Amino acid sequence: MSAITTDARPAEAETVGRRPARKPTSWLLTVFVLICVGYFLLPLFWLVVASTKSNADLFSSFGLWFANFNLFENIKTVLTFQDGVYVRWALNSVFYAVVTSVGAAFLATAAGYAFAKYKFPGGTALFAIILGAIMVPLAALTVPTYLLFARAQLTDTYWAVILPSLVTPFGVFLMRVYAADAVDTSLLEAGRVDGVGELRIFFTIGLRLMLPGSITVLLFALVASWNNYFLPLIMLNSPEKFPLPVGLAQWASTATGGSGSQALFSTVITGSLLSVIPLVVAFLFLQRYWQSGLAAGGVKA
Amino acid sequence: MSTLVDSEPTTAVPTRQPRVSASKRRQYGAAYVLVLPFFVIFVAMIIVPLVYSGYLSLFKKRLIGGTSFAGFENYIRALQDPLFLTGVGRMAIFLVIQVPIMIALSLFFALALDSGMMRLAKFSRLAIFIPYAVPGVVATLMWGYLYGPDFGPFAQVTKALGFGPPPFFTPIGMLFSIMNIVSWAFIGYNMILIYAALRSIPTELYEAARVDGASEARIAWSIKIPAIRPALLLTVIFSVIGTFQLFTEPKLMFSLAPNVIGTAWSPNLYAYNISFVNQDANYAAALAFLLGIVIMIVSYVVQLTNQRRERRS
Repeated sequence: MSAITTDARPAEAETVGRRPARKPTSWLLTVFVLICVGYFLLPLFWLVVASTKSNADLFSSFGLWFANFNLFENIKTVLTFQDGVYVRWALNSVFYAVVTSVGAAFLATAAGYAFAKYKFPGGTALFAIILGAIMVPLAALTVPTYLLFARAQLTDTYWAVILPSLVTPFGVFLMRVYAADAVDTSLLEAGRVDGVGELRIFFTIGLRLMLPGSITVLLFALVASWNNYFLPLIMLNSPEKFPLPVGLAQWASTATGGSGSQALFSTVITGSLLSVIPLVVAFLFLQRYWQSGLAAGGVKA
Repeated sequence: MSTLVDSEPTTAVPTRQPRVSASKRRQYGAAYVLVLPFFVIFVAMIIVPLVYSGYLSLFKKRLIGGTSFAGFENYIRALQDPLFLTGVGRMAIFLVIQVPIMIALSLFFALALDSGMMRLAKFSRLAIFIPYAVPGVVATLMWGYLYGPDFGPFAQVTKALGFGPPPFFTPIGMLFSIMNIVSWAFIGYNMILIYAALRSIPTELYEAARVDGASEARIAWSIKIPAIRPALLLTVIFSVIGTFQLFTEPKLMFSLAPNVIGTAWSPNLYAYNISFVNQDANYAAALAFLLGIVIMIVSYVVQLTNQRRERRS
């Protein structure tokens, strides 16, 4: 665990710092990597193509090229099928993602700040415990967490999905490293001399300086929540509380179940496409945050 | 790690002792207030479930007489349970084949992007990473349909050529089908981790080698890869943890190939089925506990091997 400086902007650093003179282009390397890029884009291309097909065309036309354009009918079916439950799932997904990512980022930021900026009795021990938990396999913990929630009669509530997702030991670790670097202790001292309370100092100075780091933690908690399947599947019974992955998986198994429900395939596929778009767009626009965040995680750990 | 904590300002002048300790007490108070919210949820969501399921795992539901203390009976049963052991073994095979391939490809892409010898590097980086933003459920559905015998393009091609559908859903084929889904989803993530580590290597380390006429491949092998060892280790450990916890992929593949997946393709799927289909919370708790222990042992062994190798070199 070696801590070096935390750089919030490696994405731009590229243009300023370390890229030395451009070396001659290797076309062999370029072509090979681009072929591999084709592999990574293939399923997404298929998803887009398949979303434009009617259920009949899915079976009768070649999978990797377009047939009759049926995208808007498909979207309409997705949004209205089963009284528009898809919209409900999408809203649930947004709700879970926003609450857990903001909550997780805030909790990790506050704790990371305290561990970095205060030396307090028990602090080292508490941090060691949290650090140890990074290695605890969280999915192996899902069944135990369910058993506990079942005992407390908290299953099938929004809390059952939110509470376990608020804990990010790795986020605390990242934010501690980040705070040690980004928050200048002399600023805090100046605040103290002026008689500003400790918590006020955190909220007015610390929080602002740590914002780029917090956004990174937030982004990763957001992805984890948006993509999570195991936890909500196990905790929830009522379809009106499902997030998108659980709902889509249910539709998918109905579709494969056959018996008159075959018409569901194009609905499942179009629903999948719609569920992917928000995160892909977010990633395209927030590149510098996820890249710097992963950088921080990779370099520090 | 302890070096990270800023040393306390030395203001302990004897005459001002009371004021200083009051300020220190305020600081302690603030520190606890800031740590407490996280720590309370941490204890409630990680420590308590662990303790509670540890407790549950020591009991057994009997046909007559309700639940009673069973000691380590559930653990002994698990260690003799062919379904659980096969699942763990399958994950071990998965690990030995898939993780090296995935990490090697991630490393290769990261080195290619870092070499500065590629056109369209930015686009490639983004395109390889994008699958990370796709939910596991959607990734599995997409690949499942792509593999599928009905309207999957692979089957369409082999059928047009007069063969049967490709063996994606046979017992052995399924192992590779799921390996492919996991690799597709996580190569980009690991690539970005490794790439970030590569970018933090000081240029001086290899400028000299470059001046001496060393090839890029040589520089990558002898200078860059040794320098990013910690990041590589991190990706390996994350992958080990991820592999043993596989759930989404087999759970969704079940509806496409129920006989191949069965109830215990992966240990996590088995624990899920034991607790929800069989309604045996006690045994499920023991399985989850054992799985956690297996994961910790394997990731510990990975770290240990790495340390030993590091010492040797």
